[in-house]
Amino acid sequence: MSTLIETIDLKQHYPIRQGLLGRPSATVRAVDGINLRIQRGEVLGLVGESGSGKSTFGRTLMMMEQPTSGSVLYNGVELAGRSHTALHPYRRRMQMVFQDPFSSLNPRMTVEDSLTMPLRFHQPALSARQRRDEAAETLERVGLPRSMISRYPHEFSGGQRQRIGIARALMVKPEFIVADEPVSALDVSVQAQVLNLFSSIRETLGLTILFVTHDLAVVGHIADRVAVMYLGQVMEIAPTRALFTSPRHPYTETLLSAAPQPAVGARRQRIAMKGEPPSPLAPPSGCVFRTRCAHAQAECAVARPVLRPRGPGHLSACIRDDLSLVPGVAEARPDQARKRMS
Amino acid sequence: MTAIPDPATRTRFAIFRGPRVRKFMRHRLAMIGLLTIIFLTLACFFGPYLLPYDELYIDLRARFSPPLTGSHILGTDPLGRDIAARLFSAGQISLTVGFTAMVLSTLIGTVIGVVAGYFGGWSRIGLMRIVDAFLSFPSIFLMLTLAAFLKPSPTMITLIIAVTSWMEVARIVEAEVRGQSSRDFTAAARMVGAPHWWIMGREILPNVIGPIIVAATLTVARAILLEAYISFLGYGIQPPLPSWGNMLNNAQQYLDSAPWLAIVPGVAITLAVTSFNFIGDGLRDALDARSVQ
Repeated sequence: MSTLIETIDLKQHYPIRQGLLGRPSATVRAVDGINLRIQRGEVLGLVGESGSGKSTFGRTLMMMEQPTSGSVLYNGVELAGRSHTALHPYRRRMQMVFQDPFSSLNPRMTVEDSLTMPLRFHQPALSARQRRDEAAETLERVGLPRSMISRYPHEFSGGQRQRIGIARALMVKPEFIVADEPVSALDVSVQAQVLNLFSSIRETLGLTILFVTHDLAVVGHIADRVAVMYLGQVMEIAPTRALFTSPRHPYTETLLSAAPQPAVGARRQRIAMKGEPPSPLAPPSGCVFRTRCAHAQAECAVARPVLRPRGPGHLSACIRDDLSLVPGVAEARPDQARKRMS
Repeated sequence: MTAIPDPATRTRFAIFRGPRVRKFMRHRLAMIGLLTIIFLTLACFFGPYLLPYDELYIDLRARFSPPLTGSHILGTDPLGRDIAARLFSAGQISLTVGFTAMVLSTLIGTVIGVVAGYFGGWSRIGLMRIVDAFLSFPSIFLMLTLAAFLKPSPTMITLIIAVTSWMEVARIVEAEVRGQSSRDFTAAARMVGAPHWWIMGREILPNVIGPIIVAATLTVARAILLEAYISFLGYGIQPPLPSWGNMLNNAQQYLDSAPWLAIVPGVAITLAVTSFNFIGDGLRDALDARSVQ
């Protein structure tokens, strides 16, 4: 497999100004030096708690805002620093599915208008009729009848809107999709349907997906590999199964232990974290997780740990090799979970 | 879920559909205002054809006729000109000036508001400071100064009013657009490489059209009033061209002997201004996003 997208030391910092002409008094380090490779055809899950910078990372990857520093390589081509126009050819290769299905569709546009909009700028040669046909086909692909094409967003449920959002992303036939918490605004029953839709379009269209979520069960269901983010940095990357069965970073361990267990009467050790996440305005020195880590030592404060290989395809940014961490008992693949229960 | 209307009746600006129109119709004062404006407009533009005199015809034998003397329904002025005829043709000018000034100031305000709200950053700071600067001028004096230096014609008066009354629209639009720009559908449009003008015009503008319409309605009322001010003070529409404002100006020295000279155009101004304000109120209630699902 080849690398489709790669980030090198990607940073997205936001200065905080006080007043009109105030000097930046502080900097929010939303994304603080991320090195990540996304292989062609894989689904990479990106998990982390709120404020960990995972959505910002996704948006920066889409070049919705210029990164503060670092590189985004798409197929080896640098995207950072490109102008609006210079990015245009890449816009049709990467698309985004948004979290909130109520704000991601323009309430004053019909489904047809929303879906054909991307084609106006990427295939201007198409006639209105051809655009409409494409839109209708894509609508069917995401499981909605083509007759719904002339309706307005308010006539749909959350799950249906999310399908329309997915359809819009598919209109330009992208290779790469960033899905930013695409199911967290949905009911659990609808979540499963939308996740299955993601799996099926990924199969049929050979998509590469960055799936941003805070829900480990969701990630276990859909991702091939998982990256865990904390305070703007990647703590651990591993194949999904390896991450769930043998976490190598204390933060991952804590996340896994906090996830609800789908087995009746299942008991396990819960590792409670101390306190709130530190402010991204002033992250701790050294390892950013050390202030809440149960295994922290004096040298954790010294230098920022780098991601080190800890198994096949398994990287962790923890300096301690001596820890035996508690695995997440629930591996979210349903077949596995069932086996364990019986 | 709301009932699904027949696709044939859909418009791009879905705002004009169904519940909002009904809500407006239930607003009694707004409906009265709307009917009054329709009546006034029809009277001003078609009334002159029904009258035996035109607005410049001087009948010195019939000077100062009170209303309802002979065929002078509303009486005559100090030169014996028919007041009804003058009122109507003055109305044509006053309403046209008011309406055109509204269109212009809404255009200016909308463009500036959309650009400031959409781009944010320095363009927002720069443009909104210009708005503040214009707002901190006492606009009456600004208008009088401008009117004193420029040749007063209806076009010039319209321009002057437009230039001094766009700021409120700009502020409203800027705030609304800022809210819409942060929503994901704008991001989605940006992500497919839609040009800025398209996002502003096609994605965002239809979503802020409600507040713009309300502000525009209230601006007509203000523009009519402003035109009356300047003309009353003698810097506006110049006689013999009549306007509601300069009819009032002519009337002031005869207030005790011929009060109808002031009452007639006064009532017309009051009717027009209050009607537009009522329509504005009604539209505000009907188009308020929270009031109708």
